[in-house]
Order: sequence, then C-alpha cells, then structure tokens
Amino acid sequence: MSKDLFSIPVKRRTLLEAGLAIGAMQIASPFVVKSLADEPVKIGLDNPLTGTYAAVGKNELIGCQLAIEQINAKGGILGRQAELLVEDSTSGDAGTAVEKARKLIDRDHINFLVGNVNSALALAMAGVSFEKGVLHIVPGGHTDAITGSSCHWNVFRVCNTTQMEANAISGTLIKDYGKKWYYITPDYSFGHTLQAGLEKAAAALGGIEVGGDLTPLGTTDFSSYLIKAQSTNPDVIIFLTQGDDMVNALKQAVQFGLDKKFHLAGAQQELEPLEGLPPEARIGTWVFEWYWKQPNVPHVAEFVEAVKKKSGRVPTARTWFGYVSTWTCALAANTAKSLEAVKMAKALQGFKLPPEIALMPDGAFYREGQNQLIPNLYVGNAQAQGSEPDDLFKVTNVVKGADVAGTLEDTGCKLTWPA
Amino acid sequence: MTQLILFNVFNGLIVGAFYALMALGLSLILNLSGVINFAHGGFLAIGGYIAFTLMPFIGFWGGLIVAPVLTAILGIVVERFLIRRLYGRDPLYSLLLTFGLAFIFEDGTRFIWGAQSLPFQVPGWLVTPLSTDYFFLTGYRLFMVLVVASAVIGLFVILGYTRLGIRIRAGTLDLETVSVLGVNVRVLRSMNFGLGVYLAGLAGVLAVGQLGLQPTIGSSLIMPSFVAIIVGGLGSLPGTLLGGLLIGVASGLTTVFFPSASEAVIYVMMAVVLLVRPRGLLGEEGRF
Amino acid sequence: MTSVGFNKQSANLLVWLLLLAMPFWLPAIGGYVELGERVVVLGLAAMAVNFLLGYTGVLSFGHAAYFGLGAYGAGMTIRYLVPSTGLGILVGTLVGTLAGAIIGPLIIRLRGVYFAMVTIAFGQVFYFIAFRWNSVTGGDDGLNGWTRMPLNFGITTVDILHDTRAFYYLILAVFAVSVGVMAWLLRSPFGRTLIAIRENERRARFLGIPVDQHIWMSWVISCCFAAAAGALYALLNNFVDPRALYWTQSGDFVIMAVLGGMRSFWGPLIGAAVFVLLQDYLSSQTQNWMSFVGLFFVLVVLFFPRGILGAVRRKVTS
Repeated sequence: MSKDLFSIPVKRRTLLEAGLAIGAMQIASPFVVKSLADEPVKIGLDNPLTGTYAAVGKNELIGCQLAIEQINAKGGILGRQAELLVEDSTSGDAGTAVEKARKLIDRDHINFLVGNVNSALALAMAGVSFEKGVLHIVPGGHTDAITGSSCHWNVFRVCNTTQMEANAISGTLIKDYGKKWYYITPDYSFGHTLQAGLEKAAAALGGIEVGGDLTPLGTTDFSSYLIKAQSTNPDVIIFLTQGDDMVNALKQAVQFGLDKKFHLAGAQQELEPLEGLPPEARIGTWVFEWYWKQPNVPHVAEFVEAVKKKSGRVPTARTWFGYVSTWTCALAANTAKSLEAVKMAKALQGFKLPPEIALMPDGAFYREGQNQLIPNLYVGNAQAQGSEPDDLFKVTNVVKGADVAGTLEDTGCKLTWPA
Repeated sequence: MTQLILFNVFNGLIVGAFYALMALGLSLILNLSGVINFAHGGFLAIGGYIAFTLMPFIGFWGGLIVAPVLTAILGIVVERFLIRRLYGRDPLYSLLLTFGLAFIFEDGTRFIWGAQSLPFQVPGWLVTPLSTDYFFLTGYRLFMVLVVASAVIGLFVILGYTRLGIRIRAGTLDLETVSVLGVNVRVLRSMNFGLGVYLAGLAGVLAVGQLGLQPTIGSSLIMPSFVAIIVGGLGSLPGTLLGGLLIGVASGLTTVFFPSASEAVIYVMMAVVLLVRPRGLLGEEGRF
Repeated sequence: MTSVGFNKQSANLLVWLLLLAMPFWLPAIGGYVELGERVVVLGLAAMAVNFLLGYTGVLSFGHAAYFGLGAYGAGMTIRYLVPSTGLGILVGTLVGTLAGAIIGPLIIRLRGVYFAMVTIAFGQVFYFIAFRWNSVTGGDDGLNGWTRMPLNFGITTVDILHDTRAFYYLILAVFAVSVGVMAWLLRSPFGRTLIAIRENERRARFLGIPVDQHIWMSWVISCCFAAAAGALYALLNNFVDPRALYWTQSGDFVIMAVLGGMRSFWGPLIGAAVFVLLQDYLSSQTQNWMSFVGLFFVLVVLFFPRGILGAVRRKVTS
C-alpha cells in the first residue's frame, strides 16, 4: 500500500519527461525525417490528443511512433523512409476530425490515413478516405458499422467489433455468475452495438435483461443509475461505459458496496481506466483486447521493453492498436509492391500478420471481404495488484477471434471495389 | 417505486449539495466583480491534482485543508495580474479571459500530470455504505454534505459578521459607495476572488474522492452550477444554495422516469423559472 | 470625407476580390480549399454574432445553439425529407431563426453578463436535445448517412460534393446574400436605432424607442444568419454532431469577433481567418495547442481589445 503511494511520483516524473521530450521534439522539427534520395512515404494519424480520449489517443500515438522507428530501421516502405504526420482530431468534434483528414489527404498528400479512437469520428473520417480513395486503418473505434453495414474497400480495422467482444464473454458470465443482467451502457453507437451484441449472445444462452440505462458520454455521477440497477436485483451489473466514465462508474459502484451484492462485469475493459482506479475498485470480469503480460508468446517481452523505454509505461491494448495499424500500412505496401490504395487493399485480404507484429498466441489476420482484423481476445478478471506493478488483469481464458467473429453474412458487410 | 423515488430525492440532495458548493464560489465572484469565471472548473481540477500530489506527504486530511488554500492563492495571483486589469471594462473581456484560462488550465494539468486518470484514494472507512438499505449513503458522501454544510455556514458567518464579509456584501450592492467610504476595493476584490476559488478547490478535493482525477473533470460540472445560480436568483447566495439542491433532486428524479432527459431537465427548469419569475427564486428585484 | 468613403469602397472591393479568388491563391500559398471554406462559414457565424455584439451592444455566449440548429436542420432535411441542398439550407436557417424568436422574449430583458449566462444555459438545452435524442439526431455519434446533393438549376446540375470549388462558390453566394442583408439593415434607420441603443440604452428608451423589441429583432436576425452559417457548416462536413451546439463553440465565435474588431463590419471575418489558421497551424505543431490558443485569448483581451481592424484604424487616424 505505502509502496504504491511512493511509486506514483516517480511514474509521474517520467511521464512528465516523456511529455516534455515529445513537446520539444515537435516544436523543434515538426515530424520531419526526410531521406536524402526520395520523398518519404507519409502516414497521417488523425486521432484525439485532447479531451476525454486523450489518454488512449496518446497511447496509440506511442505505438505508431515505435512502429515508424522499426519500419525505418528495417528498410522503410518500398525502400523509402516512412514519416508520421500527427493531427489532433479532438475527442468528439467531427468537424475538426474531418477537416484534419482533408488537410492530410489534400495538402500533405499522405499515402495512408490512420484513426480514430472515437467510433463516430472514425465513421466520419471513413467517409472522407473513401471519397478520396486513400487506404485507411482504424486502430481503435469499435462500433460494428465500420467493418459492417458501413464497410468500405479501403477501410481496415485493428480493434475488435463489439459483437466479437460480446460473444467472447457472455458464456463465462452466464455460466459463472447468473442470467439476470442490468446494463449501464454509454449512449453512443459503441455502447448501443455492444449492448445489442451482448443481448443477442446472452439470449442464445438463456440470459435475461432485467433493465438498463443509457448514460451519456462524460457522465460524472452514476448514483441515480446505480440506485435503479440495485432495485431490479440483477445477478450481474454490466458496465459498458469506457474511459473516464468507466472510472467514475466503478469507483461509485464499489463505494456503494454493490460489488458485495452483485457481480460487476462488462465486455471491453482497458488498462488505462484500471490504472485510474484505486485498488479496491479494480474488480470485475472483462475482455481485454491485448495484454502486455503473455509470458509464453514470443516477441511480446521485446515489444514491452521497447515501449517502456519510449514512454516509461507498459504498453496497453491502445499502444498495440497504434503499432499494428502503422505496421499494417508498411506491410500492405511492401506486399503489394505498390502505393496504389486498391492494390494494397487487395494485398491485405486475408493477410496474416507476422508473429512479431501480432504478438498473440494464435496470431491475427484481416478477414477477407470485411477488412476486420481477427485476433485473440483475453477474458479474465481485474485485480487490485498483480505480481508486478501495472499487472492489473488476470487472464483466465484466451479466445480465438475466429470463434466469436460470426459469419461474414452476419456482419452485414458487402465490399464494392472500384472498377 | 416509492422507495426508488425516496432514494433519488435523498441522492439528489447529496449531488445538489456538491453543485451548490461550486455555484457558491462562482456566485461570489459574479456578484462582487461581475466576472463569470469560466476557469472555475479548471481551478476545481487543480485543487484535485494538488491534493493528489500532496497526498503521499500529508495524507487525505492534510490535502483537504492545504489544497484549497493553495488553489485560492493561485486564484489570487490570477486575479492580481490578469483579471484586475479588466475591471471597469466591458464584462465581455473578463469573460473571454477566463474562457482562455480554462483552456490553459485543462491543457496545463494534462501536460503536468498526464491525460491518464489518476487513482485517488480516500480513507477506506469513509467509502463504505452506512446502512445496507440506504446503500448510497456512504460515509464519504455524508462527509461531503457535512463539508458543504460547514463551508456554507462558514461563508455566511464570514459574510454576515466579519468586516471583510460585510464589505463584500456592501460592495455587491454598491461598489462605488463602498470605495468612496475608504474601503480598498482592490484588496476586497482579490480576497473575494480568492474565497470563490477556495470553494472551487475544496469542491475539487471532494470530487476526486468519487470521480476519476483527469484534466476535464471540472468541465462537466460548471454548467449545472450556472443553472443553479440562475434558478436560485442572481445576486442571492441562499438562492444559489437552493438552486443547487433543486437541480440535484430534479435531475435524480428524472433519471427514474425519463432518463434521457436527466441533463436537459435542469435547463427546462431554468426556462420555467425565468418565465414565471425572471429574477430567479430568491433573487432581489431589479438586480439584473 | 470623400477619401474615407473611397477607402471604405476600396476595402470592400479588396475583400470581395480576395474571397472570389480564394480557390486559386490559397492552395498556391500552402493552404487548401476546405480551409478557405471553413473561414468563410465560421466568419459568417462570427459576423452574425457581431450584429448583436458590435452593433447592438448585447453579448450572446450561446450562438452555437442556433448555429447547430441550422446544421441539424439542413442535415435532417437532406437525410429524412428531401435530398435537396437548397432546401436544406433554407430549412436549417428557418429552424435556427424560429428557435431564436421563441427564446428571445425569455431573455431580452437581461443585460450584460447575465444575458451572456442565460444565453449559454439556453444553448445547452439544444445541445442536450441533440446529444440525447438518439433516434432522430444520431446523438453523440452525430447525424451521418447523407451528403450534400448536386445543385439542380433546371438546365444543368452542379456536383458540389466532389467539385470543391463549386461548393466554395455556393458557400460564398450564401455568404454574400447574408452579408449584403446585414449591411443593408445596418444602414437602415433600424440599424441606426440599434447603434443608438448600444451607445446609450437609457437615452434611447427616453426617446420612446421600444428597446426590448429592437433587441429582440436584432437577436432574431443574428440567430438567423448564425443558423445559415450552421447549415453551410453541416454541408461542409457532410456530418453534424452535437459539438456544433456546445457552448465553447459560442466562445470561439465571440473571440473571432473581438479579435478581428467588433466595431468594424469585416472585423469578424478577419478574426475568423486568423483564428482558424492559427488553430489549424498550432494543432499540427504541438500537442499542447490548447495552451497556446488559451494564451492567445488572454493576449488579445489584454493587448488588442479593439481587435486587428480597430488597431489598424487607430493607427491610420492618429
């Protein structure tokens, strides 16, 4: 306990230094790493750096930066240097995100567009990238439509669909904790599709929804929702909120002693909110999309070390999303031997990531006809303190993505390729 | 159902007490200096972050005492060097200044402490429910209400019985006359601003016991405080308190019946108040 | 006297020439046409805010609401009713104007900071409606699934979706009409009365001018053009989200007006240009752009309270 308190200032200082270094680097030389022989290949990152999603957005940025360094060390993209152009999309302002996407495409002539954390902004950006025919990788916007009903030939996604996360966890929850669920769902498309996914998966196993509430993004006080939830006497309270809202909801639920009456769980959980919670509130059953502690998977330890060296912290799923997204750009071009978006998109159909990028026991591949990455999912429990600091999640079951992804028809995606 | 309503009324009073604490600080500054302090949410966040940083050294209780004072000092510095230059000019300018400051505070806290939420821990015995039925009455929330109550009582004692307080109240009514009577209005305004920011800092320390500590923590709390001031009546501190409690309860009750309107309801309430009684519930006639 | 008139005319001519030729000179100096479109749209909104602020002396800090209503009006018309860009702009403008007309009587008796506070709070009502009424507005995800439609002139259709220049000239046309109407109103006896109210409300009242009624009319006109700008903003993004109605957006409009010079007709447009370019540049250079923008606000307030045009004019006259 006291150890934990004393370790915090150190962490903060290193974070501060990292921040200073990044800030200084940007002011001094705005992302320019020019090769002598040739124009660099440009990857444009249009992702939140301010607002609610700043923490996860910055982690994705670190993953992208690490990937760029590695790509350049390994010979670049088609023999040319890779360059990352970073724009702050803000956390929720679609006008800014779209404008930045246009700026990157029209003025900076990027070869690849990467972003966004926010599903709505990712969809808005996909509209632009599709219109302009630029290969677009969505690192961490989860709503199903991106590789479902609104899928495009040029838009690929690294993080899971909400349906995959729902399928991965519902069996465990019903078997171990009970059938009556109360949902606390964030009121935007990610939350809606995640709840719908869980309802669908639970109904197949006999689960019952005893009630639910839609909470707006940025809700600080969850007390009245928690009062409603307890009055329906569920077996499990399902928290689908994310980020800061997750921190607020769980913190308050534990203070109210609800963890002693019901099981608290959810689908998607991330390291960032767990780090923001006091130890007693790091509880519940969740899905992680990637976890830094995978002792038996090759290359993971090197990746963790590299990120630690860069940012002073362990990588989160977000760091991995950024890393995979950027590497995907390089791999697509190098495989297609071209920077033409259509050729690269074709080369990525069914493409299996090499193990040093996938960093998962069963690897990961982009499903043909949907452009969705099919990785492993990690089901387990949050823990107050593991064997090491930052080890806040205990993986109990690694699920194969292919088993939970449903059929291509289920996703509702029909790709139409340009003539 | 009755139980659910009863619970939400109680709970709404607790939430409302917190809004009131923030709104009182805003209201103090607004009444005397005519400044809408948009940076109030930023001061709240800074109060929380200072408490978090000092916690390893002086603990939660020390932080609760020290952090608001440090925040108030920062407030006085800001008042002395920036806001003071704008008194007597169009209120537009002080408004834009604090708007800009709010940006700087949010970004500054992110720069110093990072974007990631930080784990703030309050003493364990405080964060357990006091009764199994009224589970939402945790020690911490009761404590929060007590702090708000004592801050309010303290504020009214200061305003009612101390020289500073009497001058603040007099200045609120007629600053020119107070100045002519030989009171140093500059110091008065600084102290008053400091007092308002002190309340923001206190609200900040209390908030992080329940909420995640991150740079945008204050931004979602500032609008309900505005509404509390308008509903309660411009220029009236008891009105602000009443306004805060009312919107807390209204928002809680709406969650039971029509959850998607639970934020909008306070603004509707405000519209109704403005329509029926334009000066607000306890506002004085002719104050605006 | 004649030289001043001449100066004014040549300044007007210069502004219009620069605006008309924007798609040609802006890319040449490292900009892109969308940036110019954004400047014109936000500039119109700032000029609408300034109609109230600079010429009537009433500070609204809630104009984002009417801007956003215009945006949703246009987006929802195209999405749900009729796939017509022109009708979208019309409906958007009408919706914003109507909302302003209804809110007006509730607030016109307040003055100064209190007026500002109440306008913010009312603006938030619309924000929360857009934010929470998911089934209609798309909620936090925004209103998508629509794009701006080709303009049909009977003889020919113009594709404003892919042809950015054509779309720029559509924006400029709406801008020109709006600005023309505002300039005409300000030169009319009505506009003179507004300025009289700004200069000395009490005296205006003694003269028998129905002050509240005039402020209400000025407010509605201002809301109307803010809504028109909002409708264009929706078309510009092919998307609307609730942030367009959030109160910080109102703050941006006010700072644009002040920055450019709120006593000058073209001031807010220049303010919008500087603001948009600065934010665009800073946010690509540093993660901490918010601090710089905030600092910029502080500096403008402390050292340039008259705005760019105000400072220039002072220099010229002295």
